[in-house]
Amino acid sequence: MVSAMEIYMLLPKTNCKKCGLPTCMAFAVGLLGREKKLEECTPLFEEKKYEAKLAKLKDIVAPLESASETGLIIHPEKCFGCGNCVIACPVNVAAEPTRCGAGLGPEGDRVILRVEDGVVVANNLQECRRFGPNRVLCNACTATCPSKAIEFV
Amino acid sequence: MTEFNYKTCTGCSLICEDILFPDAVSGSFSHAKNLCRKGQAHYKALFSERAEPLVEGSEVSLDQAIEKAAEILRKARAPVIYGWSNCTLEAQEAGLALAAKIGAFVDDPSSYCEGQLMERILSGKIPSCTLDDVRNFADTTIFWGSDPSSTQPRHLSRFSYFPRGEKRQKSYEEERTCIVVDVRESPTAKLCPNTTYRVMPGEDLQFLEAVLAVLEGKIPRFGDKKKMIELGSIIKKTEYGVIFPGPAMLDSLRDQMDRFEELVRRLNEVTTFKVVPMTGQYNSRGFSQLLFDRTGRVKGVRFAASGEAAAEAPSLVEAVKGADGILVLGSDPLLDLPIGLARAFAAAPIIAIDPRLSLTADVARVVIPSAISGLETGGTALRTDGVKVTFEPSIKSDHLADEQILTRIMEEI
Repeated sequence: MVSAMEIYMLLPKTNCKKCGLPTCMAFAVGLLGREKKLEECTPLFEEKKYEAKLAKLKDIVAPLESASETGLIIHPEKCFGCGNCVIACPVNVAAEPTRCGAGLGPEGDRVILRVEDGVVVANNLQECRRFGPNRVLCNACTATCPSKAIEFV
Repeated sequence: MTEFNYKTCTGCSLICEDILFPDAVSGSFSHAKNLCRKGQAHYKALFSERAEPLVEGSEVSLDQAIEKAAEILRKARAPVIYGWSNCTLEAQEAGLALAAKIGAFVDDPSSYCEGQLMERILSGKIPSCTLDDVRNFADTTIFWGSDPSSTQPRHLSRFSYFPRGEKRQKSYEEERTCIVVDVRESPTAKLCPNTTYRVMPGEDLQFLEAVLAVLEGKIPRFGDKKKMIELGSIIKKTEYGVIFPGPAMLDSLRDQMDRFEELVRRLNEVTTFKVVPMTGQYNSRGFSQLLFDRTGRVKGVRFAASGEAAAEAPSLVEAVKGADGILVLGSDPLLDLPIGLARAFAAAPIIAIDPRLSLTADVARVVIPSAISGLETGGTALRTDGVKVTFEPSIKSDHLADEQILTRIMEEI
């Protein structure tokens, strides 16, 4: 996953404040948190010398677009459906204590993560501890993934 | 509350019983819930790579294929029945009856995997427990030469590391310790980088001796001494430990299994330690148990014409080289076995009973397609820890089950 520093290195680094933020580093963090759009950095688009950097930036920012509201990105090609995340997710366990809590697959629709057709799928993201402004930086699902098929932005 | 119609997966030896097929119809299914990638592939390959009845490479009817198979087996003077591990207990029983009738040599892939360990577990020399005990009580799980993330994807999440159990309410990281001993950084090892012990191929015996030394309070002469002493203190703090020995470790120890027995005995003096085998195919344990109950051995049995098991049996290599008819049932020896043995198989006249196309079916003289157990037929099987699982079919199919095919071959003979 791309880091704020990598994004910063490709920005103009002039701290021109045109985006509304005091520094380019702050803009990089904003971009990563999906609070800012790349278009808000106008010098990047207006000045020719930034063309090469802009093309690179567009490339590395593209995967962020596919992330869900909570910043969750699933790579189905890496997942092997072991269900570790399903069992580890605290919201899943709270929703189905007798099943997810005891290692069985969930049966209802109230869970966030479940395995379908051999790979993990995410639902009910509003229940995730990472959702909304008062989020907790929980990483139970990503830390238990043996193949790094799920990650957070 | 809605009643859920749980189905069973026969993709690996865990035989997961919590699979849901919301829209399964005859010939296909989609949106299967809780089915891991391995199980999904195991079932889905059926629709794309279905075997057809073949004799000498040309398509025939099922009856003709069965007739031809019976003819080969009837004429055979040294028949071999190989495989067994991917079919139900019912089919295995029917197969053993056939073997006793024609005086066949029977063997399964466990001779090259967990056979030695299985023999000791079934005869009670090494203490074992069920996977449900592991979930409820175990606080230290050692994966030695095994990588459940690749072989039994749901092992960690259903039983050994992540679920909460009766005595382990906080579960992983807090109440459970996962230890991996492996030659490489396997996906399982990535989950517990601090308790991963790397050994080079063939060094498992030295590692075993080092653990014994640490338990005696001596300084180990192998690997990182500090890390080995840490392992010793983890073991001493353990209340209920389980070792899952994989094929890599068993292959490395070979004739020194007595030392492993000694290690388990020593561990049990310190605390409770059990051993649960990691079989590959879903009913491998079932066949070992069945054969052990009947003959007292788990591999390589030749039945005499009287139906009794002979005391002396040749090795699989000798049996296959001298065979004039091999019935392969629920296995793909050409894919699994070492090249020399696979060549010996390919040279003999093979009758393959397989739901799918496989390497063995490609070279077989007669191919008889069967229904895939778990999805198309029901039955019973023994899970890797010896728990009996009964399952019902999930979708309808016109194909015959393994035991029906075997019974018909027997009638023809």
